[in-house]
Amino acid sequence: MAGLLDTTTESTTATDAPGDRPRRLVASPGAWLVWGAVAFFFVNLVGVIGSVLVSSFGNRWFGTWLPQEFTTDWYSSAWEDFNLFQVVLVTLEVSLLVVVISVLIGVPASYVLARRDFPGKRPLFLLFLLPVLMPPITYGIPLATVLYKYNLAPGLSGVVIANLVPSVPFVILTMTPFIEQISPTIESAARMCGASTRAVFIRILAPLLAPGILASSILVLVRTVGMFELTFLTSGPTSQTLVVKIFTAMSSAGIRAQQGIDAMAVIYTTSMLVLLVIALRFVNPTQLVARVRDTED
Amino acid sequence: MSGTTAATGRLALRHRLAEHGIDRQLWLLLPAMVFIVGLFLYPFLYGLGLSFQPSEGGALASYEAFFSDPYQRGTIWITLRLALPAALFNVLAAVPIAYRMRGRFRGKRLLTILLVVPITLGTVLTAQGLLNYLGPTGWFNKVLTGLGLLSDPVRLTNNYWGVLFSLIITGFPFAFLLILSYLSGIDPTLERAAATLGADWRQRFRRVTLPLLAPGLATTFCLTFVLAFSVFPSAVLVGDPAGETRVISLAAYQAAYESFDYSLASAIAMVMGAVELGVIALVLLWRSSLYKGATGGKG
Repeated sequence: MAGLLDTTTESTTATDAPGDRPRRLVASPGAWLVWGAVAFFFVNLVGVIGSVLVSSFGNRWFGTWLPQEFTTDWYSSAWEDFNLFQVVLVTLEVSLLVVVISVLIGVPASYVLARRDFPGKRPLFLLFLLPVLMPPITYGIPLATVLYKYNLAPGLSGVVIANLVPSVPFVILTMTPFIEQISPTIESAARMCGASTRAVFIRILAPLLAPGILASSILVLVRTVGMFELTFLTSGPTSQTLVVKIFTAMSSAGIRAQQGIDAMAVIYTTSMLVLLVIALRFVNPTQLVARVRDTED
Repeated sequence: MSGTTAATGRLALRHRLAEHGIDRQLWLLLPAMVFIVGLFLYPFLYGLGLSFQPSEGGALASYEAFFSDPYQRGTIWITLRLALPAALFNVLAAVPIAYRMRGRFRGKRLLTILLVVPITLGTVLTAQGLLNYLGPTGWFNKVLTGLGLLSDPVRLTNNYWGVLFSLIITGFPFAFLLILSYLSGIDPTLERAAATLGADWRQRFRRVTLPLLAPGLATTFCLTFVLAFSVFPSAVLVGDPAGETRVISLAAYQAAYESFDYSLASAIAMVMGAVELGVIALVLLWRSSLYKGATGGKG
């Protein structure tokens, strides 16, 4: 999937290179300013991440540059105090369920949206776009009210259902342009050989769609692990994901040491980073955006 | 006899529907449609109905309660005052950096990955990091006082600035990646054509790249604005949730989960959605007046 677009961007930059050379010499003050701004952003970013990291390993840190002693005790105590094993388990359970269900619902719909033209297609596509454009709290509060009414929240099922609301449209939004670039002649050929819709789906489309499905499920996974608002509104004491746990621990501060929270935050970021590095092996973020952009027109 | 005419009639109907693009394959849409109607449209309309059914007073009592109380009404302005500058800054700061980085150079992929890192932080870790880093005894204040630029530590957390910084840290990489992809979608031959006509880089940027990029900028602004507008955890953690950064989502949350007034909470959520969609509609309206050609950079 990435390969097709890769060549176009590469040729773009390759032809751009000769034009770049003279400009780089002329506009050096501007370049300095831009690179300075990037460096300033990164210095502060390192400060923000580093202070959490150092604090999570530090013992007795009051007003000095670095803590007086280093320890890994905060991790073990946070693991026990916050019952992190269960929290991580819930996070995994919720995100895997959301990924599987949203792919199962989203992919067939995006197939029809990519291949077919039918009355009411544009309004329908807009309806699918709306949950992505709305702030989660706006639809989250009415949704949570409905889920509480039917006793689905607070609980694991409520968290999964709430997280599906932005995830399914996200799958549709990323998969529709992906399916559009698969040539329909392959399917026509299969149909001519007598394959039914089911057979076309399982034996022709599924292998072709696999990389796209993988990419969008990793992105949904990252979004779900990081989703705060919807999980916060629908989770109960035993169905909190890691983000919500950190938030509740932070906002009810004073009882526990701050370093334990730092340790939790480091665990969270490390796992997100691992996920994202895996995701970047399959998708180039700029290309994904370019594909999303094409559907909006 | 009559049975065959009915069968051919049904067949004819199916043919006519198929000519308009309606046939059995559309059933594949059903799960997604059931999903969006059941889990998005229905709760939304339910909330809308609920907002007109307050526990006491007329149909509009919840909206009246929101708009007549300056403490509640002010949350709209507080949210806009945070989200608009944050989204504007993210877009405007990303343009020169992405413009500089659209060519090919060594370490570009590494730099892109580094810029993606803040997205993984999430709002909660960003909040915790900002509290540690920008706090009165944090590294930032230590450096500034150590260099003699400040005599007293500057207060940057638990107020407006803390929340703004957290919005920039999480929103900027996102805006940057989007704009970089829009910029690499613009055909570079156009700019070289302008260069052969004697345009310097300033003119090339203003007359060629910027008009082609503008629709993409509008889209990026909308998406970062949505992210910033729904600010909730950072407003509580690094902000001043009782005063300066009591954003509208916090007001809705408190109405629902602290005073259990679901009608008021739904009303606030509807106001929030209306304000946000209003801003987006304005931007998209402006975008629709822009050039949308086939030469890339389209929004």
